[in-house]
Amino acid sequence: MSEIVIAPINFSNPELIEKILSELKKYLPYKINLQPLQIDLNFAYSIERGQYYSTKIIQHLLPFSENINGKFLALLEVDLFIPVFTYVFGEAQLNGKVSIVSLTRLHEEFYSGISDEKLLIERSVKEILHELGHNFGLIHCKDWDCVMHSSLGIEEVDIKGIDYCSNCKRMIRL
Amino acid sequence: MEKKHRILVVDDEEIVRQSLLAWFKEDGYEVDTAENADAALRLFEKGKYSLILLDIKMPGMSGMDLLVKLKEYDPDAIIILITAYASVSSAVKALKSGAYDYITKPIDPDELSHIVEKALYQKNLENENVKLKESIDEISKPDNLIGESHQMKEIYSLINTVAQTDTTVLILGESGTGKELVAKAIHLNSKRKYFPLVTVNCGALPESLLESELFGHEKGAFTGAHYRRKGKFEMANGGTIFLDEIGTISNKVQVELLRVIETKQFTRVGGSETISSDFRVIAATNENLDELVKEGVFREDLYYRLNVFTIHIPPLRERIEDIPLLANYFLKKFTTSMNKKITGISDEAMSFMLKYRWPGNVRELENAIERAVVVCRTDKIQLEDLPFRISNNSLYSEVEDKSLSEVEKRHIALVLKENNWNISKSADDLKIDRVTLYNKIKKYGLRKPE
Ligand SMILES: [Zn+2]
Ligand SMILES: [Zn+2]
Repeated sequence: MSEIVIAPINFSNPELIEKILSELKKYLPYKINLQPLQIDLNFAYSIERGQYYSTKIIQHLLPFSENINGKFLALLEVDLFIPVFTYVFGEAQLNGKVSIVSLTRLHEEFYSGISDEKLLIERSVKEILHELGHNFGLIHCKDWDCVMHSSLGIEEVDIKGIDYCSNCKRMIRL
Repeated sequence: MEKKHRILVVDDEEIVRQSLLAWFKEDGYEVDTAENADAALRLFEKGKYSLILLDIKMPGMSGMDLLVKLKEYDPDAIIILITAYASVSSAVKALKSGAYDYITKPIDPDELSHIVEKALYQKNLENENVKLKESIDEISKPDNLIGESHQMKEIYSLINTVAQTDTTVLILGESGTGKELVAKAIHLNSKRKYFPLVTVNCGALPESLLESELFGHEKGAFTGAHYRRKGKFEMANGGTIFLDEIGTISNKVQVELLRVIETKQFTRVGGSETISSDFRVIAATNENLDELVKEGVFREDLYYRLNVFTIHIPPLRERIEDIPLLANYFLKKFTTSMNKKITGISDEAMSFMLKYRWPGNVRELENAIERAVVVCRTDKIQLEDLPFRISNNSLYSEVEDKSLSEVEKRHIALVLKENNWNISKSADDLKIDRVTLYNKIKKYGLRKPE
């Protein structure tokens, strides 16, 4: 395990990515590399739902992770779903290489109409660490202070902690 | 260690099975899937499932018939139905045949997890009821709650006592003393520990936002409220709500708070539906609530409602024996996270820290050590590594009130502490006689800590 590649896909705001990355570095002792991508996501779009099919995007991204000795996490600005669910913040291959996180529902604007960049960065870091945790093989953690606690609504993202708890850290030798 | 729950997903759609399988695996469950009733029955006979998710509309034997059959095999089986909006009425019928609950497709992940956890929690409770009631000797503490002083030991014992009740707790202490850690310890040692501890910093938000934060809001309640949003009281259902900086809230919110604490019911901002939530309240403040009540700023009725059981956390300067413990804990924490090789704290730096007043308490100590670890270039923290305002200045640099009497008071308190309140020795050090010292102790209201 030597690197984590963060791939913003069709991302409009590079400064935001920089801020997220510098925050992220505080919690991960790995080399983090940035690899912005332009990908046509039409294949994953569902017209009736107006959302993008998250699992399909993961499958599409698998080739990009092949030459990476580590994990590959894509950041998206489109709203994601898995067919049986109304929406997801992200998805990861449990014990695998690839995961994705959508920022759409992490914007405070989405809920209250008030934008809050600090909160957005904090939420993004939490969800990135969470999905990477699944890539590392972690399952959801009972500790509400742990970033691996499952967060199903944005309120739960805010309640849970930003770092892995000592138990989860031990499991992934962090 | 809890044993893993096994879940059976029965649905004819491959995509639903795969999605739910992945979903529950992330939750740490063991999952089997079946695509029709026959396959489900075969698995059911072999395996012991804590919970079955069952699609009500399937070709062949219907979900409804399968439900009846499963209930014949095992009347205790928890079965949750998956249904399309169109078949809600049949789902309701199924509830009468013993289904636990139903969810409609597409499934709100929040709702699914809530129903599953609630069902399994109840099942667990039935199994572990006796075990849960046993008292906990060794309390579990959040990592940062540290101290072996008699004051801290007293606090651990208070935590232990009150955790097992549902009593409202008021935590008092200067800022930085770790009030939120005590709240967390109470929560962790209570029967509510599997549910969230929700923290609201009442001081950080203006009145209008605080209301929507606490009670939630309906879609369209105000400009920009595009979505319905749950409030913290709703989020705390089953768990604990920690209201920090309670002394800062407006009279209007005080009234609302009192009502919510008493009725456990509220409505979202802009809504009319009454929502019930089962929460425990822990409040904290660094202000003198007694005073605020006298001044009429804080409602007396709310004060009595909150002040059922009080835990007072002493400032760090009143438990100096905890300073080395805390300093070394933070040193380890930061050297690990910054990957630096620092083995200890120099005697000079430590003796300084023991004398320092720590107006910002444990939090200030933590920040000081973090800063020291960043700048330290040797294998031990040196005095000059400590932040400027500690090392460069006199002990009194933090005193806002620069009057001579304030400085005198602090100096006398410090000398008394150094001498363990030995009056003769202190008078000696201060180069005054014992009567004068007694008079000054009285004048400044200094008291020997028990
Ligand atoms: Zn997860
Ligand atoms: Zn954890």
